[in-house]
Amino acid sequence: MEKLIFEYSRKGRKAHTLPVAPPVKFGLPARKSLCLPEVSEIDVARHYTGLSRQNYGIDSGFYPLGSCTMKYNPKINEQIAALADFTGAHPAENPRALLKILYDTERMLCQIFGYARFTLQPAAGAHGEFTGLLLIRAYHLDRGGVKRLKILVPDAAHGTNPASCALAGFQSVTIKSLSGGGVDLEDLKQHLDDNVAGLMLTNPNTLGLFEKNILEIAELVHQAGGLLYYDGANANATMGIARPADMGFDVCHLNLHKTFSAPHGGGGPGSGPVGVVEKLAPYLPRPVIDRRDDKYFLNDNLPKSIGKVHSFYGNVGVILKAYAYLKIQGSSGLKRASELAVLNANYIKARLQDAYDFPYPQVCQHEFVISAKNFKKQHGVTALDIAKRLMDYGYHPPTVYFPLIVSECLMIEPTETESKESLDAFCEALLKIAEEIKTAPELVKSAPHNAIVGRPDEVKAVKEPDLNYFQTG
Amino acid sequence: MSNIPAELKYTKEHEWVKIEGGIAIVGITDHAQAELGDIVFVEMPAVGASLSQHGDFGVVESVKTVSSLYSPLSGAVSAVNEALNSASELVNKDPYGAGWIIKIQGFDAQELNALLSAEQYKKEIGE
Repeated sequence: MEKLIFEYSRKGRKAHTLPVAPPVKFGLPARKSLCLPEVSEIDVARHYTGLSRQNYGIDSGFYPLGSCTMKYNPKINEQIAALADFTGAHPAENPRALLKILYDTERMLCQIFGYARFTLQPAAGAHGEFTGLLLIRAYHLDRGGVKRLKILVPDAAHGTNPASCALAGFQSVTIKSLSGGGVDLEDLKQHLDDNVAGLMLTNPNTLGLFEKNILEIAELVHQAGGLLYYDGANANATMGIARPADMGFDVCHLNLHKTFSAPHGGGGPGSGPVGVVEKLAPYLPRPVIDRRDDKYFLNDNLPKSIGKVHSFYGNVGVILKAYAYLKIQGSSGLKRASELAVLNANYIKARLQDAYDFPYPQVCQHEFVISAKNFKKQHGVTALDIAKRLMDYGYHPPTVYFPLIVSECLMIEPTETESKESLDAFCEALLKIAEEIKTAPELVKSAPHNAIVGRPDEVKAVKEPDLNYFQTG
Repeated sequence: MSNIPAELKYTKEHEWVKIEGGIAIVGITDHAQAELGDIVFVEMPAVGASLSQHGDFGVVESVKTVSSLYSPLSGAVSAVNEALNSASELVNKDPYGAGWIIKIQGFDAQELNALLSAEQYKKEIGE
């Protein structure tokens, strides 16, 4: 393991020699030492180069992390976002070009997903969910619906959905899925009453299946006075093909860092714009960007707004990358991206058909799930073991143990940016692992054998994390 | 094969309940702890909280996943297993003993009829 930069520290060692400054007395208490690492330039260069070589990203290889849409991030996006006109713009100056780009990004998202307006403020998906739920709350309160505190969330939902409900002051109620995938309409009907504020749904869902009953679901929820929330985490399957607003969703968040190719992983920054139908527009976070003639301006005059949810207008650098991607792709490019994402997922699924168990055998959308339940029963090999073994073959493991309704689940999302050759190589690795499970299960159970880190003590990591390094001496 | 004591009652969601002198003791099954893997946290209700049958009363978090806990009976929480706050691994080590989670009082014995027997639970989990 690479040491911490502090462990390279030697008293008095410096990368640069600064001119000696005369001592100045400000009349303040003496400052404490900042405890910064004292290292030479070569120490810094070797340390961070070493770390970068241990890193695994989409630029190093295939990254089939289900529900995360780890597509390639074109470098031109980075160049555009790094232009001095943008990086040097001060928000208080209302930079004209930047406001126009933000306005245009909003219009493009409205067009693709069918909404009246979007706010680009939220910093990520879960922040978008929180914002969207506050909008739903504001809408009901405005109509006297103080009792509407229940949000229905299917058991296949992303874990952030119930968490966002709790944070926004709602109570989340779990709705069951049918054994073949999709919302159980009978269970849904039982939970619909005048306390329902809304339903949160991902479509395609986390099993990679399109929710075919969505129009009926929307009608039922709307009849009960509730609103529909679209979790846009899986929007990469639908661009230019189906619009969530047309499916009956009143509010939707997107993940620009997933679907629109801004980089992610490692904690951000991200961007989670929230789109709304006309009747929810008055509650959007202020300001919104409006246009009068040829002038773009930040409009703070929104008396019913839920308030600001981010400084200035969100993570603008991320939005710029998404803007570049949208402009380069155009509507036909986006549609093609979604088509290829779905094709790639189905290609892998078809190639693995005889070697792995697919609890939902039907054609999938942009991702699919495998169950290792039978491998566990017959050979004692779990989904985690398979994921660890994939690292020996040079791949980032897929999502495991999610969604919760699939036992020993592996969730694979290839995205549209992989070639047939890279999909084939990944399939070969998984087919070999399926053989190993039968002929040499111990090899899989003790994987990884070639990775920098083996199997960390996960319990200790959760219960006794060592998050601080105290420099001594 | 997991341990399924014959004298207990079970839910489809993998809780067990044992009646001891008018108090119902509740925990999760040996099968459930094995499926969850190493348990790192158990969120329990406050003593006195009222529960409904099949309503959720807490959360169990393992290194793999987070699952809700469902009450086998309605009634009031009379005690929670404080030991789990510092030693959640008791649920893995001794799911039917030291790894109990809550105790319920004032339940309706009729509701026990709606729960699974050991034999039915065994079938439910395919063993």
